[in-house]
Amino acid sequence: MTFLSYLISGLSLGSVYAIIALGYTMVYGIAKMLNFAHGDVIMVGAYVCFFAMTRWGINPVFGILLAMAVCTVLGVIIERLAYKPLRAVPSLFVLITAIGMSYFLQNAAQLLWTPNPKVFTSVVGNASIKLFDGQLSISVIAIVTIAACFVIMAVLSWYINNTKMGKAMRACSEDKGAAQLMGISVNLTISVTFAIGSALAAVAGVLLCSAYPTLMPTTGAMPGIKAFTAAVFGGIGSIPGAMIGGIMLGIIEIFGKGYISTQLSDAVVFAVLIIVLLVKPTGILGKQINEKV
Amino acid sequence: MKKNNIFLIYGTVIAAYIIIQLLMSAGAVTSSLRGQLVPICAYIVMAVSLNLTVGVLGELSLGHAGFMSIGAFTGVVACMSLESALPPTLPRFVISLLVGAAFAGVAGFLIGIPVLRLNGDYLAIVTLAFGEIIKNIINCLYVGIDSRGLHLSFLTNSDALNLEEGGTVIINGPMGIAGITKLSTFTFGFALVLVALFIVLNLIRSRAGRAIMALRDNRIAAESIGINVTKYKLMAFVTSSALAGAAGTLFALNYSTITAAKFNFNTSILVLVFVVLGGLGNIWGSIIATTVLVILPELLREFNDYRMLVYAIVLILVMLATNNATFKNTLRELVNKIIPEKLIKRKEGTTDGNS
Amino acid sequence: MKLKRIICIAISLVLVAALAAGCSANEKKGESGAFKIGGTGPLTGVAAIYGTAAMNGAQIAVDEINAMGGIKFELKYEDDEHDAEKAVNAYNTLKDWGMQIFLGSVTSTPAVATSAEAFNDRIFSLTPSASSTDVTKGKDNMFQMCFADPNQGTASAQYIADKNLGTKIAVIYKNDDPYSKGIYNTFAEKAAELNLEIVSTTTFTDDSQTDFNVQLLDAKDKGADLIFLPMYYTPASLIFQQAKAMGYAPKYFGVDGMDGILTLENFDTSLAEGVILLTPFNADSNDERTVNFVNKYKELFDEIPNQFAADGYDCIYALKAALEAAECKPSMTASELCEKLIGAFTTMKFDGLTGDSMTWAANGEVSKSPKGMVIQNGAYVGLD
Repeated sequence: MTFLSYLISGLSLGSVYAIIALGYTMVYGIAKMLNFAHGDVIMVGAYVCFFAMTRWGINPVFGILLAMAVCTVLGVIIERLAYKPLRAVPSLFVLITAIGMSYFLQNAAQLLWTPNPKVFTSVVGNASIKLFDGQLSISVIAIVTIAACFVIMAVLSWYINNTKMGKAMRACSEDKGAAQLMGISVNLTISVTFAIGSALAAVAGVLLCSAYPTLMPTTGAMPGIKAFTAAVFGGIGSIPGAMIGGIMLGIIEIFGKGYISTQLSDAVVFAVLIIVLLVKPTGILGKQINEKV
Repeated sequence: MKKNNIFLIYGTVIAAYIIIQLLMSAGAVTSSLRGQLVPICAYIVMAVSLNLTVGVLGELSLGHAGFMSIGAFTGVVACMSLESALPPTLPRFVISLLVGAAFAGVAGFLIGIPVLRLNGDYLAIVTLAFGEIIKNIINCLYVGIDSRGLHLSFLTNSDALNLEEGGTVIINGPMGIAGITKLSTFTFGFALVLVALFIVLNLIRSRAGRAIMALRDNRIAAESIGINVTKYKLMAFVTSSALAGAAGTLFALNYSTITAAKFNFNTSILVLVFVVLGGLGNIWGSIIATTVLVILPELLREFNDYRMLVYAIVLILVMLATNNATFKNTLRELVNKIIPEKLIKRKEGTTDGNS
Repeated sequence: MKLKRIICIAISLVLVAALAAGCSANEKKGESGAFKIGGTGPLTGVAAIYGTAAMNGAQIAVDEINAMGGIKFELKYEDDEHDAEKAVNAYNTLKDWGMQIFLGSVTSTPAVATSAEAFNDRIFSLTPSASSTDVTKGKDNMFQMCFADPNQGTASAQYIADKNLGTKIAVIYKNDDPYSKGIYNTFAEKAAELNLEIVSTTTFTDDSQTDFNVQLLDAKDKGADLIFLPMYYTPASLIFQQAKAMGYAPKYFGVDGMDGILTLENFDTSLAEGVILLTPFNADSNDERTVNFVNKYKELFDEIPNQFAADGYDCIYALKAALEAAECKPSMTASELCEKLIGAFTTMKFDGLTGDSMTWAANGEVSKSPKGMVIQNGAYVGLD
């Protein structure tokens, strides 16, 4: 029974990581950059939804849509202002701008919304389903998060494999120069990628804060790093990989706490990650790229 | 890198030291700046050593603060254990520094063997993972000393050390180390910077350094002419971590307390920002970027609440200014307007060739 | 490359100019006839809420005192980002400003670092809320306004034993936080002495403070009927929510970091129903001074003050009382003030928002009695 409880906690924590990781991995796959500001876009999305719901009394569904709209615009603006001018230079330089952007968003949020934590109202309520005479409880939000995670992954995979824009994205991720020669607008494709990634970030923010309802300007930072880890774990650039990576990470974290030691849980998570990467150097579902001379 | 360029680096660093010393003796340096001299030195050593991994070896490391942490904790433990046996500060400081560097170097070796088999972002994430593991482990570590020697304990609390009457707890888990006697001075820090520069510059200019750079530029080509990949990668990585360890000891001995939480992902990132901003493989750039970026937040105190916001904006703008062609051209035109053409042309003649 | 160098040189020149400007700006000591008080605290970052609260509380007290006539204060707070290194920088900036009395740092780790500096410089310090014993250890000029961590741990264990609050106790603490671990250590020690049974001890860190199901399940499986939570209220609010979701309803016992939980925006206070905490300050108290302070704070900062704000407020008034008792003048140097204030603090009695007739021992620890509070219908109710 304890095992099942742990498994469920792990799944729900993991699916939150997975949704964040999906956004990370998409941007990485196409723009080839680690967008460290992604975690902070999540935070912005959660704040927008929070204000929509509790201050202006808007229905949660519209709250989420509003958060998605705001984050999409924000993501595209960030890309235009901070990343696009640096498209020609090595990705490490863009990484630093992304870090600058992350500092910027965190500090701006603190000035706008004060550093005081706020409690997020779950968009689906706090109900939970009790099984086996209440021995096992599954919260509704966990089910919603897991379901959302699968739906988003399926839709994203379909989009990338079957639409024209998806094809353009895959082409850009293979070779930007060649894609341009084929008449694909690389700038537009990357902007669309950022738009989708940021909209996903808003959803992730709302789900993260519904499951773990503390909202602060730094709320996105730690899940952001964990999701980055998850994305690499699953094979960065791979959409199913991000999901598997996220869920695995959540489960390992909870099992590490439950069966090994709560004091060492961080070390356990990262140790497993290292071992996996040593066995599979490009992550669980990462592509093996053969080096050519 | 030309020979005279190397002398320029040493010369400028020494000149900067002499100027600051003179200003200090004249009482013209604010306490704020004086307090930052040692951390600046420590961060310079960190940046120079990370530049060896990221710029010269070409592997992204996101866990450099982990080595700094190992150096800080082992160095301070050495320093505090030797307190009664070796009262004079200079030899004690040097020994602590060596202990810190040695432990960090060994850790670098152990971590380097698996890590360096990976590539790109996978390598980066594994260094990040090691940084986090080191932080987690030190948070659970208890070390104390009494007349019978050092005692170690893990995952418990300081009582489990079974110290004799009069023994002292040195590392107290999450509380870290408190009550450190400040040994670091600007002169010690400056000396360490010189040593680090000497080691790194000599390594880069040596046969080994050329092998390392060849690996960075094209691993397969380098391997095919008989360069031992593991050996040279490890050489760069271990040197880099040992120097980071020494920097950690210097840093820790400048404050009365250190905790494992200080050496987290953010600190690793901070040092990475110094390196990238200063230019990959550019040691001189690392020194300048570190100095400027360590002092900058302090200068921005005038902005109060907006301080870190301004810092973030400056960071983004500087990245854009130094790497974007359009931005660069506008700036160049501006510079041309201010400074007469002739002057620039003459300068170009002398500095050509190493840009 | 060349352009970069030009930029570098330009930035360096600006820096040198700024430093030179900094040098000339700090030569006006004691001109204004006010005591210059400086403090450092996290005004940005994760811990910003504590720093800003202490700063705001202290500022209210300074404004009140300045309006009264008599002693005048000038207060300056610098950001330390909850980091020892930045705190020392902030402290040095304050020294350049001409600080005569130091309000210490708000949080423990930075305070250990700055108190060592203040000890060497002989600047008197009174910290509102840095509760670790390392802050005061071996420093005669360092005083605390809050309880020291060990006192909270022992007091909590004593309280639980005296009132028979629980038979099987679980503890959840934060393993990378000196405050949390410090209280846990003494709590465990005292609990063993009082034969309280601790059945489950689990931890979390900054990196894993979202999911507490494992910790709660462990406590539940071992039949704990009381959970001791030596932590700040943000993670505690998550614990209450997750315990409720899994249908586990033990008693909770918190320490002063729990204070503030009722001010959390949009918090469902029914989750905290029945939570017992030891806190020196109660914002709902009917005491005239408290009411006055709370109203002012609400008016100025649009929120209910927490214990940090009250500690900051008390610090300023305690300094006022001590300065008056020792007949200090703003023209005195920091080290003269330091000796006089040490004398005054170890002999005086002080009534503040966070306690009546507080006294200080020579080691800098305050003696005041913690108030046991229980949360009922979204408000504190005194337990005694």
